[in-house]
Amino acid sequence: MDSGVFFSSYRADMALRNRPLEKVRMALFVALVLIFPFFASSYWLNLANTIAIYTVGALGLNILVGYTGQISLGQGGFMAVGAYSAGLLTLRLGLPFWASLLAASLLTAAVGLVFGLPSLRLKGLYLAVATLAAQEIVGWVVTHWTALTGGTEALVLPSPTLFGLRMNGDFRFYWIAVGIAAAAALFTANLFRSRVGRAFVAIRDQDIAASAIGVNVFQYKLLAFATSSFLVGLSGAMIAHYRLIVTWERFTFETSILFLAMIIIGGLGSVSGSFFGATFMVLLPAMITTLGRSLQGTAPQVAALLPSVQQGAFGVVIILFLVLEPEGLAKLWRNVKDYFHVWPFSY
Amino acid sequence: MDVFLQLTISGLSNGMIYALVGVGFVIIYKASDVINFAQGEFLLLGAYFAFAFIVQFGLPWSLGVLAAMAMALVVGLLVERLVLRPLIGEPVISMIMVTIGLSSVLRGVINAVWGPRPRAFPEFIPSTRVTILGATVGLDRLITIGIAGLLLIILTLFFRYTKDGIAMRAIADDQQAALSMGISIKRVLAVAWGMASMSAAVGGIMIANLVGVSHDIISVGIRVFPVVILGGLDSIPGAIVGGAVIGLLEAYTGGYVGHGLNTIVPFLVLLAVLMVRPYGLFGKEIIERV
Repeated sequence: MDSGVFFSSYRADMALRNRPLEKVRMALFVALVLIFPFFASSYWLNLANTIAIYTVGALGLNILVGYTGQISLGQGGFMAVGAYSAGLLTLRLGLPFWASLLAASLLTAAVGLVFGLPSLRLKGLYLAVATLAAQEIVGWVVTHWTALTGGTEALVLPSPTLFGLRMNGDFRFYWIAVGIAAAAALFTANLFRSRVGRAFVAIRDQDIAASAIGVNVFQYKLLAFATSSFLVGLSGAMIAHYRLIVTWERFTFETSILFLAMIIIGGLGSVSGSFFGATFMVLLPAMITTLGRSLQGTAPQVAALLPSVQQGAFGVVIILFLVLEPEGLAKLWRNVKDYFHVWPFSY
Repeated sequence: MDVFLQLTISGLSNGMIYALVGVGFVIIYKASDVINFAQGEFLLLGAYFAFAFIVQFGLPWSLGVLAAMAMALVVGLLVERLVLRPLIGEPVISMIMVTIGLSSVLRGVINAVWGPRPRAFPEFIPSTRVTILGATVGLDRLITIGIAGLLLIILTLFFRYTKDGIAMRAIADDQQAALSMGISIKRVLAVAWGMASMSAAVGGIMIANLVGVSHDIISVGIRVFPVVILGGLDSIPGAIVGGAVIGLLEAYTGGYVGHGLNTIVPFLVLLAVLMVRPYGLFGKEIIERV
């Protein structure tokens, strides 16, 4: 019986998972993820794929906002860059699926780098407003550069192929989406065990102190923008290859807010929090819609109100989390784990 | 020349509305360091309140507008009490997100009560055409400029001469010193949110009078960012000048350049201002740099 978590070596301190129970939980989770698609209906597979794709985007945003402390309201714009470049590279240059994912992510990283430049001079609210401008400008370019993007017309993509296999449909894409999400989660978790990740955290906590101990603040801020945008672009490119249709409406300011809500509700600066947040924000509207369908027969007036209820619930959830549990679902989950871990000697 | 004058007047009337909304924004920022992302929803809510009182309850327009302003005041006070006060002293991102959450709640409520359909607004400012210096402009535009200008003057006077206005300036200047002089920060915050909500409601009613009540009004809330950044986030004259400049800039690019460029010109200005002079034209130079 433990009364807390104690480490007797650096090795144990640095390990991603060290308690036996944590390893068991992880193994159970992996097993669940692996057998899930064989039993799930296509409705649930669709939700699972969306969660996986959003997890990648939320991880990207969390690197920037949660770990480095640079507020971004331009997530939707960066996802648009990822989605459109993946779509255009596939359609115009005939790039294979995997190459278009990679190229789109790199391109988004470059765009993120450019819009990270204001972070040289700006902090907090001012930076947030600058990224809002990035969102509006990317949106304008995408809808007005008709020759390249087709303007407000939708891009229609062929279904992706990998090793000669067509990866269309929810079941096949599930493996790609979950694989990439797992890789992104592992990458992020490991990033914050390295010098680079720790420099990010140092900048978030106290930028002047960080520069005093030898962190080149500007360089690492830009790196944070690029790393974050890479994952965000990847998520956008995955959406393009999964939905097979790219339209501007998917990547508006609302999208930026949706992702911010995910990481706030899930937990800022937490890998599992990004996953929890993405899951929550995908399941909440899905559940409300399901509820609406079941009420359609008995109480049509209530069902008609549901779109408004959904919008209101989104806001209420954000406000409640901020007021009651600012560290999000990840903190709630940690409380539950700690309670059982130190039971009965908690104090 | 008459095209130029037409664009100037339509730009200025939009600009004055931006200024009015921007002042609400600045009041909140000065009193509590919060950027209010729900300003657009406050505009829409004010317009719908007026719509409800005038059309649905059949009040005469003068009473309807007053009633709408009173309702907006109540909403502003409620929001401050229920949402903002528990978050005093939290990090910037929480403040931003809570107003974003608020905007979503307000949108949900507005949708539930009035539905998503755009509504025609009772025309209480006549839109007859008048000719000045060879340019034909709507009378409603001119009156809008007049009313907004008058309100802006009243707000400026309020800040300069009333006790609450001076308390607000004191809080913005040095919170601790103000507290030790016996100024109640809770009261100041409540007054700030009430006033911001009311000025947004008036702005919303004036926009609705020009273009009708629809969810497009919300987008004005976003367009206010360039206005307040250009003028300086903590400056009321700045918001007025910024509003006029952005309104005119939009009108001229819309009229002479086209291509929908007028929708992003304000944001290009915003980026430029942030790079060169982040505290804006009239803001206090206390922006932190690393």
